[in-house]
Amino acid sequence: MTKAFIIGVDVGGTFTDIFALDEVSNRVTITKIPSTLGDQSRGFVEGIERLVDDFADIRTIVHGTTAGTNALLERKGGKTGVITTEGFRDVLEMRRRDRPKTWGLDGSFTPVIERENRLEVAERMRADGAVLTAVDPAAVRQAAQQLLDQGCEACCVFFINGYANDENERIAVEAVRSVWPSQHVTSAVEILPEIREFERASTASLNAYLQPVVTHYFDRLEKSLRTAGFGGEILIVQSNGGVMAIEQAKQLPVKTALSGPAAGVMAAQHIAASAGFENVITCDMGGTSFDVSMVARGKSALAAQTAIDFGMVIRSPMIEITTIGAGGGSIAAIDRGGMLCVGPESAGSNPGPVCYGLGNTRPTVTDANVVLGRINAAKPIGGKLARLDVEAARRAIEEHVAKPLGCDVYAAAEAIIRVANARMSGAIRLVSIERGHDPAEFAAMPFGGGGALHTGALIRDTGMKSSLVPRYPGVVSALGCVVADMRHDGVRTVNRPLAALDVAALQADLARMEAAGRAALTRADVRFEAVERLVELDMLYIGQTHSVPVPIPADDLSVAAIQTAFDAAYGAVFGRLLDGVPCKVMNLRVAMIGHRPKFDLSALAPEGGRKAAECVLEMRDLYADGAMHKAPVYDRLALAVGEVVHGPCLLEQSDTTIYIDPGMLGRVDAFGNLVITEG
Amino acid sequence: MIDPVTLSILSGRLEQIADEMDATLYRAAFNPIIAEAHDASHGIYDAETGDTLIQGKEGLPIFVGVMSFAVRSIIEKARKDGDLAPGDVYIFNDPYAGGTHLSDFKLVRPVFHDGKLFCWLASAGHWHDVGGNVAGNYNPRATEAFQEAVVIPPVKISSGGQLRRDIIDILLSNTRQPRSLYGDLNGQLNSLELGAKRLGELITETGGERLLATFAELRARAERMMLARIAELPKATFAAEDYLDNDGVTDEKLRIALDLTVTETGMVLDFSRSAGACRGPLNISRGTAIAACYVAIKHLFPDVPANGGVLAPITFVIPEGSILDAVHPLPTGGYTETIMRLIDVIFQAFAQITPANAYGNAYGTINALTLSGRRDDGSRWVMFSFFGGGHGGHARGDGLSHGNAPISTSTIPPIEVLEAANPVLFRTWALRPDSAGAGQHRGGLGAIYEIETLTDDTEVTLFGERGRFAPHGVAGGGDAANTRFFYQQGDGDFEPEMASKIMGVRLRKGQRVRLETPGGGGYGDPAARDPALTARDLRCGYVTEAGTSGASDLSAAE
Repeated sequence: MTKAFIIGVDVGGTFTDIFALDEVSNRVTITKIPSTLGDQSRGFVEGIERLVDDFADIRTIVHGTTAGTNALLERKGGKTGVITTEGFRDVLEMRRRDRPKTWGLDGSFTPVIERENRLEVAERMRADGAVLTAVDPAAVRQAAQQLLDQGCEACCVFFINGYANDENERIAVEAVRSVWPSQHVTSAVEILPEIREFERASTASLNAYLQPVVTHYFDRLEKSLRTAGFGGEILIVQSNGGVMAIEQAKQLPVKTALSGPAAGVMAAQHIAASAGFENVITCDMGGTSFDVSMVARGKSALAAQTAIDFGMVIRSPMIEITTIGAGGGSIAAIDRGGMLCVGPESAGSNPGPVCYGLGNTRPTVTDANVVLGRINAAKPIGGKLARLDVEAARRAIEEHVAKPLGCDVYAAAEAIIRVANARMSGAIRLVSIERGHDPAEFAAMPFGGGGALHTGALIRDTGMKSSLVPRYPGVVSALGCVVADMRHDGVRTVNRPLAALDVAALQADLARMEAAGRAALTRADVRFEAVERLVELDMLYIGQTHSVPVPIPADDLSVAAIQTAFDAAYGAVFGRLLDGVPCKVMNLRVAMIGHRPKFDLSALAPEGGRKAAECVLEMRDLYADGAMHKAPVYDRLALAVGEVVHGPCLLEQSDTTIYIDPGMLGRVDAFGNLVITEG
Repeated sequence: MIDPVTLSILSGRLEQIADEMDATLYRAAFNPIIAEAHDASHGIYDAETGDTLIQGKEGLPIFVGVMSFAVRSIIEKARKDGDLAPGDVYIFNDPYAGGTHLSDFKLVRPVFHDGKLFCWLASAGHWHDVGGNVAGNYNPRATEAFQEAVVIPPVKISSGGQLRRDIIDILLSNTRQPRSLYGDLNGQLNSLELGAKRLGELITETGGERLLATFAELRARAERMMLARIAELPKATFAAEDYLDNDGVTDEKLRIALDLTVTETGMVLDFSRSAGACRGPLNISRGTAIAACYVAIKHLFPDVPANGGVLAPITFVIPEGSILDAVHPLPTGGYTETIMRLIDVIFQAFAQITPANAYGNAYGTINALTLSGRRDDGSRWVMFSFFGGGHGGHARGDGLSHGNAPISTSTIPPIEVLEAANPVLFRTWALRPDSAGAGQHRGGLGAIYEIETLTDDTEVTLFGERGRFAPHGVAGGGDAANTRFFYQQGDGDFEPEMASKIMGVRLRKGQRVRLETPGGGGYGDPAARDPALTARDLRCGYVTEAGTSGASDLSAAE
């Protein structure tokens, strides 16, 4: 038998989602199983067992992981040390001299590497790449030994101006590796040869900090899978939406910080493209947060740098995700000025909304949805609770919102939803209008537990043309694992005026980076339909400090061609060019992308299916737009292709509820997606 | 009256417009003081009074307070001239009319709706150089505004949508860095343009009347919140005072004193016991003083929204002739130092009123340090930056180490960028042990920056403070360490006679300067500190056994 299966696995905090594609029959099966805390690999293997009889039939397993994210957020990485240039041990702790909040001076910061584990050695590189003080490998070995004696499991080497000349740092890293008992040694300039010391030091030290825990997890996962009979390739989704081999992920765990969400956006990109939508804004609503990301002209937006938390900066291309504190657990309250506010304070998932009955008494967005009849109290999603306490939710809204506002409980619940929607709409405007995109050209794509309850209001508020609800919104990230391409990003600081650019050197750098990217692509046994190279220069006018990314389309790296490309890119961002002002090339960025074959999403389409009228599960009291309605609740997955349902109504499936506002309608497309538009 | 739900929604939309204006300028600006340090601000202001209606979340806090004074002076100007038209943009840097100092350029643009003035948009940004005796405009020895920078009164830079080339030419002729100035000016014009477009869209979408009602309600609401906060405070008078080292010209300390009285209906902030106007550039205008109080109050009550209503229940007493009431042509270049002392005394007074919400004083000086000279090829270089220090301890924990000043949200440029652009080598960039005030929650640490020049005849200017009067602790917490500054000469290391201010020092290639900045004041009795934290402080070297707050000299550091 051939190895027919590609498996996507997304391990989240609550559930492990498995998506299995049989490439021979183009058949898809999915399952969801509670995540096994402590040892995630157990749920991982059990989940796959439900879908595949023989692990030997699996060719590739692609994994979206939160192991790295959680270790960062919970500060549970390995004990780590830094060896750095004399005079600079505090770069990590001094940051870029910022503070967490504009207003209020009670912020604090604890670096992941304690000061006693930050050691200095004599060495110094000048900004022009000249060696001022050579490094002594014996001194570095001694420092490494001291870190080991102090109990460090991982080590990061970071030297000032290493981006300009990496000679000292290379020698030092070799010296550390000669004595370090494990692979957990990170060189700052190896993973980020880019100017700006804090960002480089932060990225590298977080990488080192993650290495012990992430490697341990991956090792255990590999062992479990091999024991189960799996003989194929394991790939890990990176924060940039591309996958890499598991061996590389052990060396570069910092690149997995947004692995799970990135997989979701990759899925959105594929689902939208298949359904004929070039432009979508993904809306992932969870318990405490609302995450928005943009796919424009079929491509997801990448951010050059992301802060995981205050002072925890990772400079590496990541899917650009804008997060605001508005989720199902966000608390509604009347503030001292008499205004209704929703979030950012959240009841989270424990104790969670009032209706969970786990101790919280302040009303949340979920409570409002329950009171309005939009969430089925008898059949809560997730299966953790038997039923929801509608009465308790009603009392909480009555007391904390309706009474102070002087309105009835339904109006109060609807007001909570409106304010929450307004905040979410703000996040959508932020990623669209503020980046020069017109929301009218975009569709919303809700996923996560609550997104589909609010999607109609969001497209109305922001002027988006429609909402595309995937057939299985609850397993989107697992699907994304299966469709993600393999991708390797490289960067190199140039920092020269365009007029004085050494074109030959730039070409040599490009060739070297391309070769490294290709080597990384072919290292794993993965099939590609095509290999693509993206070249970008970070450029700016001399005197500016913020650069614009300038795509360089062809092989022409001449000064004239680069100038033309810069003018086009700068003009697109800022409108007017500054005539006569010379520009500068700051960084060269090269991405090598191996396009994996995409599976045909029609495999997900409903077979058979029934007319809408035959899919009504019940008629429910539903409050909307200031009035009570008797509205149908449909069995979503039973609907046939082409069926249309009119709002106000609800559609239920095991992991999602979709709400369609009065005046809007939903149509089942050929892939089983539901497309919501104005009626 | 507008309902609370619509209010919540529209205030979010309006704030987003101001935020977007901020973001546009940060990205487009040329000079790092705006692009990196975010020394800029944008907002929406009342058509009649100039009161702040809406403010961006990211804007420089001190500008947030001062912009309404800037808009007010444009309202007067337009009334006098009687020629206000759509597409006009006014520009000026006059600090007596518009607050802060001459480096800050305020651009103000009217927004019309249905043929009537609807509101104002304004943009403030710190330009790199606008003439005067010192590159970068931080002249610690100025005794008149004319020695600090060119003074531009309110004039139209755009008339009916037409940019006025003559005004731009005047500006370009009065700067050492015309390209930077031109880029920043363009950035601010773009931001106003964008703000006008976005606001126009929102007016069309929601209706002008509804937005005006929103403005009024937001203001009333901020006032109500402020009153509710004040009602919780004990009714009494609290006094606090602190000192500036000197004015850079005359070596005498300058008192900043506050008598804060809480009444049933508001607060009185009486600064009568403060020093009179000084000869050097430590004066601030009345508008700047009130803006500084606004910053302090917003830090103490962060949930009160940023609009004019916050100040409504507060009465200010600032006598004529005070250091806090500068008039033309008194120099104001060092306004940052004076307003930080103002914030410090407000924090000290509040520590007596409600210790649970108090912060120990932050490091309290921007320490503007300029090194400049000529490279071997004859080209000019100027390295200018503000440096960081510690924040005060507070009820919830230790202060932040190496934070930015409470009046700003700026970041510091990377060393690697500074070294790539200027012939200097940073020899030390480190936290400064023993610089924080002790306490149950100690202050954050200040920093040590040691810089070596790579060219002969490098000129050094320092405009700092806290050289003689350390940041205070609160609620029993200890004081932090003072600023110290050392410069090498052929015959040894020296410190400035004025403690924290010096100009005209020349370094030879290979010589160094060393700036040691204060930490933050402590919070609470040091004896109550968790022994585990004390042990960690010693282990990590945040505090040394010697525990001295002084600094070693340069030779000892080598």
